[in-house]
Amino acid sequence: MRPFTYTRAKDATSASKLLTGNPNAKFLAGGTNLLDLMKEDVERPSTLIDISELGLSDIKTISSGTNKGGISIGGLGKNTDAANHPLIRQNYPLLTQAILAGASGQIRNMATNGGNLLQRTRCPYFYEVAMPCNKREPGTGCGAKEGINRMHAIFGWSEKCVAVYPSDMAIALAALDAVVNVRNASGQERSISMADFHRLPGDQPEKDTILTHGELITSIELPRNNFADKSYYVKVRDRASYAFALVSVAAALETSGNKIVQARIAMGGVAHKPWRALKAEQLLVGKEATEANFKLAASAEMADAKPLEHNAFKVELGNRSIVLALQMAMNGGKA
Amino acid sequence: MFIGPDDHERPNPFYTMDEHESPDLTEDEKRLFADLMPEDLNEILDTGVNRRHFLKLMTLAGGGILAAQSAVAEQLIARPLSETIPTELVPASIENGVNVSLKVNGTARKLAVDSRMTLLDTLRERLDLTGSKKGCDHGQCGACTVIVNGHRVLSCLTLAASCEGKTVQTIEGLAQGSQLHPMQESFLKHDGFQCGFCTPGQICSAVALLDEAKKGHASYVTENVRQSAGPAKLSNEEIRERMSGNICRCGAYPNIVAAIQEVHSGKPVEQVFRSV
Ligand SMILES: Cc1cc2nc3c(=O)[nH]c(=O)nc-3n(C[C@H](O)[C@H](O)[C@H](O)COP(=O)(O)OP(=O)(O)OC[C@H]3O[C@@H](n4cnc5c(N)ncnc54)[C@H](O)[C@@H]3O)c2cc1C
Ligand code: FES
Ligand code: FES
Repeated sequence: MRPFTYTRAKDATSASKLLTGNPNAKFLAGGTNLLDLMKEDVERPSTLIDISELGLSDIKTISSGTNKGGISIGGLGKNTDAANHPLIRQNYPLLTQAILAGASGQIRNMATNGGNLLQRTRCPYFYEVAMPCNKREPGTGCGAKEGINRMHAIFGWSEKCVAVYPSDMAIALAALDAVVNVRNASGQERSISMADFHRLPGDQPEKDTILTHGELITSIELPRNNFADKSYYVKVRDRASYAFALVSVAAALETSGNKIVQARIAMGGVAHKPWRALKAEQLLVGKEATEANFKLAASAEMADAKPLEHNAFKVELGNRSIVLALQMAMNGGKA
Repeated sequence: MFIGPDDHERPNPFYTMDEHESPDLTEDEKRLFADLMPEDLNEILDTGVNRRHFLKLMTLAGGGILAAQSAVAEQLIARPLSETIPTELVPASIENGVNVSLKVNGTARKLAVDSRMTLLDTLRERLDLTGSKKGCDHGQCGACTVIVNGHRVLSCLTLAASCEGKTVQTIEGLAQGSQLHPMQESFLKHDGFQCGFCTPGQICSAVALLDEAKKGHASYVTENVRQSAGPAKLSNEEIRERMSGNICRCGAYPNIVAAIQEVHSGKPVEQVFRSV
């Protein structure tokens, strides 16, 4: 690992100031992604600002504003605590399931909610510094596009990058229309919807999100919804546990009788950001919650997929996973 | 001891030599060199490369791995650590030093560490607590699992610098004197290991897991996460899912699950090797 200076931040504003003053500085939260990438020489910060002891970990009901009655979770809270908090388990079981589908007990005890959103791709070309990668080193090319791309994107990729975004938690947050609150060094705050927070690669795959250097994720807001009775997170992977998704689907339904009033579907493992299956959602609204309709919606969504040489299987996998997630959701979301 | 791929800047016991030690290669070391790099041996002997140099070379070349393939090397490397390094070894150079005070297995420790030093390396290299193992050093195996402030975490992805004021429990701290922790007893009864490399991590993970279950934590296989009613009673499937962050290369999984189930349920569980 390259040498770096280490500073324990005293409060959120001074942490952001320290970062803003140094383009090569990085926040250190749980460290489970950043330290790994530093050991791999992929990330090379000159300074780490440790924000892990700043608090910002509360989980509470939002008492005012657009998301009044929803729930806010602290940006620096741990994944384990978010997954197990009674307010989350009761009102957003989809989020609990998605967090618990990721990583391991140990890692979830360390990983923070903000850090989870900002974890970087697991593309092996990104990880291997001897390989070309436009995300790691803009201009060097994409090793995966014509290389081994079994794990890669089938939606929204560009000539510059075919990597996928790895977080499970974020897929549920996208389905739940969550909002990410950030604050910069001058104390200015802004709220970014999950739909806008992560980017497609386009010409700048080095940018995963729209966050600017120095902005700190202070909290994530979950608006109130009527999905708690019917939601489910499906994760398909190469082994039963402790592996990243090949394809995952977060599905949430609100029904009246057997009629679908609202549908939310987000997919993981298929794109550079959480992929909202908007086409499928629109097709489902107003329809009966039947397997036939689930299949129609799924195949409409997956018809737009553009698989690469080694990942055509993800199209059929996506199809089936959407149907399964919707069925499980109708079934009360029980595992 | 651990002889896997290594951070090349990490203080290494093989660099360290007593003043009175001979600067020349020993016969064993010559043989080891001949084993590994036959074409270079003569040049090395001719130019009189000294032992310090050789040992450094071995380490830098990832000698740990190379050497592990050689029978001679095994004897060399198997020399107890205590022969070569003093216990509270202060590494020759610390860059960007950070002072940390932490409590390890009940004892307060104060030390200056390189900002890059992980908790795992600190435990192993500075505090001589070599129970916690370095399997992958990248968060993928769980061999380095320790309990920090009551929660199981991976010490290979934890900076020592970030442990200020924290309480660390390692495998060495589980027993009360000569009285083993019930989880250690149960691993013995159920033969929850073969080579033992993953075992300290498995046991620390299992101990903390039972606390999580007591607090009613859910897992990905929990049937209904909305029902959060008191302590969770864990099926074997639940135990497997919750232990998935601890890989066992020897595949002792059925025995590990049985060992944990016995402590969790408080009732004797039949040993897997008797039931087949
Ligand atoms: C072996 C392994 C398996 C894994 N499997 C999965 C999996 O299956 N599913 C999954 O979803 N994840 C998985 N993960 C990834 C894990 O979930 C992430 O590493 C973790 O969530 C990152 O959180 P952290 O707090 O440790 O972030 P850090 O590593 O501390 O930080 C990550 C990045 O975010 C920045 N950052 C952190 N907090 C903030 C903040 N509040 N504001 C602004 N910037 C911030 C940091 O500067 C850094 O750039 C796995 C990880 C490992 C090591
Ligand atoms: S050594 Fe830490 S997880 Fe493998
Ligand atoms: S006992 Fe050998 S790795 Fe688990």
